[in-house]
Amino acid sequence: MSLKGKAAAIGIGELKPLKDPGEETPLRLMANVAAEAIADAGLEKKDIDGFLVGMPFADPGMIYPAAAAERLGINPRMLNVVDIGGASPAGMIWRAAAAIDAGMCNAVLCIVADLNRAGDQRVPTVSMQREFEAPYGMIGANCGYALIARRHMAEYGTTPQQMAKVAVDQRKNAVKNPLATFNDKEITIDDVLNSRMICDPLHIFEIVSPVSGGAAVIVASPDIAKRSKNPPVWLLGAGEYANHSTITYAPSITTSPIEVAAANAFKMAGLQPKDMDLVCPYDCYTITVIVSLEDAGFCKKGQGGPFVAEHDLTYAGDFPCNTHGGQLSFGQPGLAGGMSHVTEGIRQLMGRGGARQVKNASLGYVNGNGGIMSEQASLILERRS
Amino acid sequence: MSEYFKPLPKPSPTSRPFWEAARKHELKLQKCGACNRFIYYPRDRCPNCFSDQLSWQPVSGRGKLYSYTTVHRASTRSFADAPYVLAIVELDEGPRMTTNMTVPQDQLKVGMPVTVVFDDVTKDHTLVKFKPA
Repeated sequence: MSLKGKAAAIGIGELKPLKDPGEETPLRLMANVAAEAIADAGLEKKDIDGFLVGMPFADPGMIYPAAAAERLGINPRMLNVVDIGGASPAGMIWRAAAAIDAGMCNAVLCIVADLNRAGDQRVPTVSMQREFEAPYGMIGANCGYALIARRHMAEYGTTPQQMAKVAVDQRKNAVKNPLATFNDKEITIDDVLNSRMICDPLHIFEIVSPVSGGAAVIVASPDIAKRSKNPPVWLLGAGEYANHSTITYAPSITTSPIEVAAANAFKMAGLQPKDMDLVCPYDCYTITVIVSLEDAGFCKKGQGGPFVAEHDLTYAGDFPCNTHGGQLSFGQPGLAGGMSHVTEGIRQLMGRGGARQVKNASLGYVNGNGGIMSEQASLILERRS
Repeated sequence: MSEYFKPLPKPSPTSRPFWEAARKHELKLQKCGACNRFIYYPRDRCPNCFSDQLSWQPVSGRGKLYSYTTVHRASTRSFADAPYVLAIVELDEGPRMTTNMTVPQDQLKVGMPVTVVFDDVTKDHTLVKFKPA
């Protein structure tokens, strides 16, 4: 069994993130971005027969997918919430392909939208996290990634300058992305290192900013994809893995489950990291990109720091990485932050990267990361020439 | 004692022996009778071999500082008194614990030996923290 070439992304929608959501609601954002994605795919709403949705923290509810589908007027033959944190959007893509390959449906709307305000920690936690983590102040994601960064520095000699370089290069990409939240000017390594320390060693320029927004992708069967108005972007490989929830209990806090997820995705595709023309690894923090590139096999374990320092991560560089600016510059509209890596991979492979188009891009690696380097979903995508 | 606003553990039948020992300033962990591994946090079955033959054993309270961070700005109002030092300690018996170091980070180094400190944060609650050995 393999999902190689069994389905393709044929349309995307993405809202420009809002710093102030005003009276917006997640379902309203969802309707707008669904309309954009369905139109982009050249389909009509009635053609959508699969529905994968992320639960918005700003308007959660049990038995959510039917409620959201009803509001949109979609009658799905396959519907579910995908709840693997920031890996949910990437996880939706292969689940959509699997459902299509199983004959359950033909065109799946994968959709996320949320309102996200700084300082809100409304994510309900499980009992053992309330009992053994919260009393010590292990709350939210910043501190977990700071613990990873500190240990990575101690084990491998990774430096604050190397981590800052990720934010600097991705900002150069964002300047060419009209949808990015932070696209007005480039930043320097000193800007990052002089920005406010939040959780040592992570500065505020190394941490995603909460914003509001939405994004959607239409995944379709080969029959529909062949008639698509956009060049179809085929799923060649997928892998998913988790081995912890709280970072304390991970087998290693510096080696992530991406090791397994990416290896399985590349194996399914019959390709290797060196074959990729661009990469979109989930970037909630600068250290996330370094660990992700190591564990996905783009450099040796522990060499992610020197790797990002020595390579140009911009759209015009020798290693195009998060060419939309990453979440660090795009902003994190809840789960739609994780969809931004998927939409950018598809956009680039469709040749719609605009001022930041990577030349001759036909193969891309996308990774979604949930929690504190917990759930991982890797995708290999291809535009066939 | 001044009022305490931070989250406090609510013991369950599975975890109560851990917190009762901490209250007496003893560190006890579950040990699996089948695969002989120590376990943290408390479980219903061994996360390694799934045996239910778990017993509570006193442990040394010694370990190594696996990682740490000074939280300057906390995600919740309950920790508005930041900065505080959040840490992961790897106990000599094997398991890792989420904890706090009781000294500032300029006295800390990844890998340094540490020893347990019991912090009676309220008259009913004791948290398990660490300091350099």
